[in-house]
Amino acid sequence: MDLDDLRSALAGTAGGGWLAEALDRIAGEPGAVGRLFAAAGRRVGRTPLTAGWSADEAARALLLAALPADLVAERAETLYRFGDAAEKRAVLKALPLLPVGAAAVPLLHDAIRTNDARLVAAAVGPYARHLDRAAWRQAVLKCVFMGLPLAVVDDLDARADAELAVMLGGLVEERRAAGREVAADAVDLLARLTAGAPAGGPAGTDARNEA
Amino acid sequence: MRIFDPHIHMTSRTTDDYRAMAAAGVRAVVEPAFWLGQPRTNPGSFADYFDSLIGWEPYRAGQFGIRHHATIALNPKEANDPRCRPVLDLLPRYLDKDGVVAVGEIGYDSMTPEEDEAFAAQLALAVEYELPALVHTPHRDKARGTERTLAVVAESGIGPGRVVVDHLNEVTVAAVHDAGCWMGFSIYPETKMSPPRMVEILKEHGLDRMLVNSAADWGHSDPLLTRATGEAMLAAGFTDDDVDKVLWRNPVEFYGQSGRLDLSDLGPAADTFEGSSIKRGGS
Repeated sequence: MDLDDLRSALAGTAGGGWLAEALDRIAGEPGAVGRLFAAAGRRVGRTPLTAGWSADEAARALLLAALPADLVAERAETLYRFGDAAEKRAVLKALPLLPVGAAAVPLLHDAIRTNDARLVAAAVGPYARHLDRAAWRQAVLKCVFMGLPLAVVDDLDARADAELAVMLGGLVEERRAAGREVAADAVDLLARLTAGAPAGGPAGTDARNEA
Repeated sequence: MRIFDPHIHMTSRTTDDYRAMAAAGVRAVVEPAFWLGQPRTNPGSFADYFDSLIGWEPYRAGQFGIRHHATIALNPKEANDPRCRPVLDLLPRYLDKDGVVAVGEIGYDSMTPEEDEAFAAQLALAVEYELPALVHTPHRDKARGTERTLAVVAESGIGPGRVVVDHLNEVTVAAVHDAGCWMGFSIYPETKMSPPRMVEILKEHGLDRMLVNSAADWGHSDPLLTRATGEAMLAAGFTDDDVDKVLWRNPVEFYGQSGRLDLSDLGPAADTFEGSSIKRGGS
């Protein structure tokens, strides 16, 4: 998914005309982005568009991308800070498509601190490659804890490590001790992480964690 | 019975309340920004509160199948505190948000010059942002406060049909009716208005422009008194359609004037109780 995909997906929709005008306006007047960003949901709608993006999220990503490159990181921070939940989510989803480097990592930390599953899910997408390992593991564990499907975590298997297996094993053990269910995708991830690991090793494959 | 509570402070309520409200038929609410009991001392405190009204609280409501919107304003009581006055400068960025369907609560508490100024300035914002206005009437010196409220509304240039004057009673309803504004009634366990009294007011003044709310907050109040009022209407001979007009269609019409009311995908309350949070917004 890149900005061109989002642009062409939106081009044929009812809000396409409004968006084209908004993008033109931002190019000449970057300060206009705040009100346009807030209004985007009302103008282009909120229906699912393509590959997990809704129309308003896609439009907001394009509005951000229309800013002069040297302003994008700062404006993304401001729009997130002053955004409602939908605006915050759109900023988070747009980050991997924007020329911001690792500058927006504090926004991920903020989103992962919330208890809003929509924001946590948006924070573990491709931009989460900028999170350090400890923060990323905590975010994955929080997804399991909140009942989010692990499919929301980008690059999960490549990044999951023995330490995550220990943490996940602990959560599974607690849930089972309490007689509570554990999501199947979390159990599967734990099984993949612990397959072939030495007993008692860092992956925590002792009997307590066996299915 | 489907219920839209047009004035309720859910920030102060528990998840048990949300559950009971959903079971009673409440499917949509509007939460006006107001005071919190404990006075605030700086604008940042308001910014966090406003953020909650357009962020966390709608999310919480969604988990019980209830759609949540907000109104945003500097309330009249705290408008008197010079430390809080800069809140007026924060308002424009919130009045642009999707979930904000009116400017409010504005109006009078003690009818001071500071309240006059904040009231007029915020009615002007309602005109500028093309939003309706939710106007609180004072609990002390209410009759004169309501008269003065109507005068300020008339002077502001906002259409009376875009204004609800709230917390009315037998003494204040007629003037608001005659002014063409919407009439709000807060049904309370002991004070402001009761279900039987509300029924009498509806008999006398009709059902048009009438809004019935629980105004439930951190004080002695009950979020199910909207439902109780609907039942009292039925017991008094009003029809199901009459109840639906007062408890659903009227608030939809009033706040619908914002162009931002979003009641899409609202299934029957009982069916959307669990799991709606992930469905809406996708993840």
